[in-house]
Amino acid sequence: MTGGFAFRGVVRTAAAVLAIAALLALGSLLPQSTPLSVSPFVVTLAGKYLAYAMLALAVDLVWGFVGILTLGHAAFFALGGYAMGMYLVREIGARGVYGNPDLPDFMVFLSWKALPWYWWGSDHFVVAAVLVLAVPGALAALFGWLAFRSRVGGVYLSIITQALTYALMLAFFQNGLGFGGNNGLTDFKDVLGFDLHRPGTRAALLMISALVLAGAMLATRALVGGRFGRLLIAVRDAESRTRFLGYRPDQVKLLVWVVSALIAAVGGALYVLQVGIINPGEFAPANSIESVIWVAVGGRGTLSGAVIGAVLVNLGKTLFTAWLPELWLYGLGALFIATTLFLPQGLMGLGRHLVRRRAEVTPEITRPAGDAA
Amino acid sequence: MSGEALLELRGVSVSFDGFRAINDLSLSLRQGEMRAIVGPNGAGKTTMMDIITGKTRPDTGVVRFAGHDLTKRDEAAIARLGIGRKFQKPTVFEALSVRDNLLLSLKGLRSPFALLFARETAEEAGRIDALLETTRLAPHARVQAGGLSHGQKQWLEIGMLLGQEPQLLLVDEPVAGMTDAETMATADLLRDINRTRSIVVVEHDMEFVRALGVGVTVLHEGSVLAEGALEAVSADPRVIDVYLGR
Repeated sequence: MTGGFAFRGVVRTAAAVLAIAALLALGSLLPQSTPLSVSPFVVTLAGKYLAYAMLALAVDLVWGFVGILTLGHAAFFALGGYAMGMYLVREIGARGVYGNPDLPDFMVFLSWKALPWYWWGSDHFVVAAVLVLAVPGALAALFGWLAFRSRVGGVYLSIITQALTYALMLAFFQNGLGFGGNNGLTDFKDVLGFDLHRPGTRAALLMISALVLAGAMLATRALVGGRFGRLLIAVRDAESRTRFLGYRPDQVKLLVWVVSALIAAVGGALYVLQVGIINPGEFAPANSIESVIWVAVGGRGTLSGAVIGAVLVNLGKTLFTAWLPELWLYGLGALFIATTLFLPQGLMGLGRHLVRRRAEVTPEITRPAGDAA
Repeated sequence: MSGEALLELRGVSVSFDGFRAINDLSLSLRQGEMRAIVGPNGAGKTTMMDIITGKTRPDTGVVRFAGHDLTKRDEAAIARLGIGRKFQKPTVFEALSVRDNLLLSLKGLRSPFALLFARETAEEAGRIDALLETTRLAPHARVQAGGLSHGQKQWLEIGMLLGQEPQLLLVDEPVAGMTDAETMATADLLRDINRTRSIVVVEHDMEFVRALGVGVTVLHEGSVLAEGALEAVSADPRVIDVYLGR
């Protein structure tokens, strides 16, 4: 049992994501007195969960299918978020505290006279959208090229990914870097002229998140389901064998690594649009580790499990932190340990197990030996 | 040993932490030849395979294959030149079906981008079916490779080697852990393959080497101790000394 091809439920999960998002989005537009009404707060929360689900999907793609245990994927998520945040900050224009039409508040506060060159064009949404993909993609490409070419793998690679996100966090805490220091980017007003605080905009953003997530799920499924996916499993399980067959596993890993970073980056952009703030805390190593836990809880190597795990664990976090905030980290740790010990296949494995128990009473007899899938 | 050699090692040495695993080794294989390499444990048989396939770089010496210098290429490039390798411990992709194992081995698409949108062609399906026949794995085509018996895994790996359509096969202890019947069937299979390809086979099992009926090279302490027909070699007092006496 490897979980390699246990992703047939992806279409169903994607459909469920869309249906639930649609219910919440529509509900938020109903008058508050009606029974199906949903508060805007819930819509924003759901949007945040879906953004996290993108990050989880990205982690599952590299961890579940190529065996790269990344402990720094939140770096790509946060970079995508910052790229979108730059545009949103520029959209504020003269409505900021200092009323400067050309400079974001934090730059005025630092008595900067002009925008740094890397902020040029950030007032255009299209430029921001390109940066959301280009910056994390380029970083992932450079990092992956160096790491995979040198055949760095296993726990060493995990440690380097942690170092990467930690270094970025320290850099983004610097005021001089030009991204708002420890306050980050916030106080956004609107996107493409739509007021970010209006329920209609929020409902639309939730639906867009759901559509993007569903699209990413289907795209990753296509990626891992075909012939390329077979090669991924081969690289994951017997990398050196693929070399002697004439493949270059470093190229394979690099390709998937960059695709995964792009998915995480889009998740970060959606996150910022809905949560309304991005700061260096998003680079914190703990965030990346949490995203691995979501995938483990949901079921590694299943795609659906990543999405389900991200949503459920974050839902749990929301509820738990409202009740017993100081106990949440213990709860999360216990959840991870329990999953590792009792549910190595995560919730998806549990689900499959229950379905199978119902379907066949004596699997040992009905299934021919050696065909244990 | 006239004619141009397909594979040639000349004066090859390699040390690991001061230990000379291969010591001034010279060996030459003609096009179409099958050669058995024997030698006690630690004689350098596997290290020699590592050098030919690019896993280990020699400290000194020449390694040439069909006119190419192998010491400057990595594993993937050498595999693409037409050298296939079967490992001592059968190494197949256990999570994939037997069929998918063979599909991945087929000569052709190697770039990850090309594979992204690749669909299995009828021609490829035909090649896979032929390999399944050759390796007697047709009834198990859809089975996960991890569920095969040890002998079947060995055969699957040989099938994957054939899928690469190499000029030269390096086969490391193909019959380790096989039954007598499987061993003899494997000898037949290798002889059959040898009609179109060159083979270097490393083996301890003298019965198997006898069944192959090919020239033998005895390695000892990283260099060639004796070379020739099995009868002549096994009568060589130095060989007897290394193998039996001490």
